Amino acid sequence: MSHNLRIFLFIIVLTVISLYISLPSNIPIHLSLFGKQINQEILVPSFDVTIFGKRIQKEFKLKKGLDIQGGMQVVLKAKMNEIAAEDRETAIESAKEVILRRVDLYGINEPSVITSKMGEEYRLLIDLPGVSDPNQALQLVGTTAQLDFRLQNLDLATPEATYSAIAFFNQFERTNLTGKQLKRALVQFDPQTNEPVIALEFDDEGRKLFGELTKQNVGKVLAIFLDDMPIAMPKINSAILDGRAIMTGGFDLEEAKQTAIQLNAGALPIPIEIIEQRQLGASLGQAAVEKSVIAGLIGIGLVMIFMILLYGWKGLIADLALLVYGILTIAVYKVIGVTLTLPGIAGMLLTIGMAVDANILIFERMKEELRLGKPWKRAMELGFGRAWDSIKDANIATIMTALVLINPLDFSFLNTSGMVKGFGVTLFIGVLLGLFTGVVVTRTLMRVFLKDPGGSK
Amino acid sequence: MNFMKWRWLYFAISLVVIIPGMVSLILFGMKPAIDFTGGSLLEVRFNQISEKSSLSYSSLKDKLSEIYELDAIQQSGENQIILRGKHLNNEQKNLILEILSDNYGSIEERRFEAVGPSLGRELLTKTLIGVVIAAGLIMIYVWIQFNELKYGVSAILAMLHDSMVLLGVFSLLGYFYGIEVDILFVTALLTTLSFSVHDTIVVYDRIRELRGKYSKYSLVSLINTAVTETLSRSINNSVTIIIMLAALAMLGGETIRWFAVALLIGAVTGTYSSTFTAAPLLLLWEDVAKFIKQKRK
Repeated sequence: MSHNLRIFLFIIVLTVISLYISLPSNIPIHLSLFGKQINQEILVPSFDVTIFGKRIQKEFKLKKGLDIQGGMQVVLKAKMNEIAAEDRETAIESAKEVILRRVDLYGINEPSVITSKMGEEYRLLIDLPGVSDPNQALQLVGTTAQLDFRLQNLDLATPEATYSAIAFFNQFERTNLTGKQLKRALVQFDPQTNEPVIALEFDDEGRKLFGELTKQNVGKVLAIFLDDMPIAMPKINSAILDGRAIMTGGFDLEEAKQTAIQLNAGALPIPIEIIEQRQLGASLGQAAVEKSVIAGLIGIGLVMIFMILLYGWKGLIADLALLVYGILTIAVYKVIGVTLTLPGIAGMLLTIGMAVDANILIFERMKEELRLGKPWKRAMELGFGRAWDSIKDANIATIMTALVLINPLDFSFLNTSGMVKGFGVTLFIGVLLGLFTGVVVTRTLMRVFLKDPGGSK
Repeated sequence: MNFMKWRWLYFAISLVVIIPGMVSLILFGMKPAIDFTGGSLLEVRFNQISEKSSLSYSSLKDKLSEIYELDAIQQSGENQIILRGKHLNNEQKNLILEILSDNYGSIEERRFEAVGPSLGRELLTKTLIGVVIAAGLIMIYVWIQFNELKYGVSAILAMLHDSMVLLGVFSLLGYFYGIEVDILFVTALLTTLSFSVHDTIVVYDRIRELRGKYSKYSLVSLINTAVTETLSRSINNSVTIIIMLAALAMLGGETIRWFAVALLIGAVTGTYSSTFTAAPLLLLWEDVAKFIKQKRK
């Protein structure tokens, strides 16, 4: 098999796989044809096979950004004045953990909470997709965590306690000991067993309270509640009077870390202030997407016609390459999980216009070589070869700009906005894929399909 | 074709476009969105507006004046308005919604954005840094690529030309039509920079290639040939980009309309400037260099 045919087959296989990935899992069709209503859903066969012991499943989905699916975005400023400098990192991590926990419990899909530090200011950037009640959402993210210690009282246990969580929680009685008296929680290792344990450190008031509690209740369970949900249920083994307790109990390192973070959320509560709030109704974004898609389709159609008018059969080949480009783009978005935003869609459409640039450069170059009297085949290869330098040089500037927009290393002095990133990512992917389809795909298709129109060699 | 014969005309066309924009930029500045200034934006839809109780902006303003310093009310669709004003917190927003629904019946909150003032300033710094870094990278790249000062400087001047066109046009749009510049505008500006060098590099590449082949020819005829050979490519390529962006600007919906317009202006001026600014600038450079040499003698 010739080299060209092999590349050609590779492109076809790649396109088919990509097409498969880029198709939505069902395609609803609502048509009115010759007076008949057609309402059907085409189900794209799902994909769930095991190859070499690895399960491969088709579950690629286009992630939609907040501006498309609607939802809420909040930026919180953490007021760290009362927190010692060395505890600040821990405190912000804990605050993040608490917020994630709450929104998870509330049932928000794919929430995102990011901490960021700008100068001396600590911030939490929170994305809550699909939230429709902003007041409730703000309550979730905007209140400080409440930690308290509760003593189990078996007299309060009711028969329901075995199956009802609320009844079970009700058998714990509040004590005077709260997060306020807890100085910090740390993960340590038991020197004998080498197991991770959690060390609690109380302040003076806490030491007295904790000492008393443990002295009087040896053998009982002293549960720790965060936001009225238990996070640990240690049993008191002996009286602890020095304000330093160790919780053992067979957690692995990850669990121990998690629990310590939650404990610190109560120990280092930080007051927060909302400095930015954005919320978008879902209908707004959806309408904008539909409009953009229509605009995109019309644009692509016009570009394709333009290419055929200008370059004839070569234009048609470029159009085929453009289709491959479109299919690959959506597949890449799905596979690497690009979050699609409205500016991102704009970037994608822009790159469709740019993707044929390589073709135009090459075809124009070909025309020149033909004018110089070179045979067709030779002119084609020369066109690709000579245009490549310009194509490569010219696209590097776009790639650099896209990288500044994406800010992949998360420099705090550069923009971190999701909208700008969204545009940058689609621009970046678009330029790279455009190079591939514009050069490799078009050349292969031309080598395979186009013969010398003049008939001569 | 002797394109370069008309080079003063090209500079004049550029100035005709740039000067009004620059005057507007100096006199009126830009109209920054709340992304940069901080503030609030609340979009509401009235579900029960009948002819009797039709909306009047002045009465609306009166009703809200006690709690809210309104900067502008803007119609954004049928029975749909945008209120712009100072930074609001969630309670204040709820109060406004309450007043609106008390007066005008059931309403739907479509969009709410509130940005603290410090955050706005910070974003401004960040975007400026972004522009400087991108422009700097492109500059270094062009410099390395062409290894000769006049190419690098001319490419950058063409880039500056395009930025001024875009800034000027949006300053005018802001003054006359109240179009705001937001973070997406800055993104469009950065993309324009890359459009600009993208085309310029194609033209310069060709000049360099021809210079290697026909070293005897004068710079003017080299540039003329290069421009003639690349012009159809430049125009054809821009047409495809312009088709996509124009479709997006006209049909793409409110949110990204002005972003698409900014990109569109960038694409047009980027194409123009690579042929009609960047190339003649090389000649201008040559002329000035000759002039200085003669003076010294």
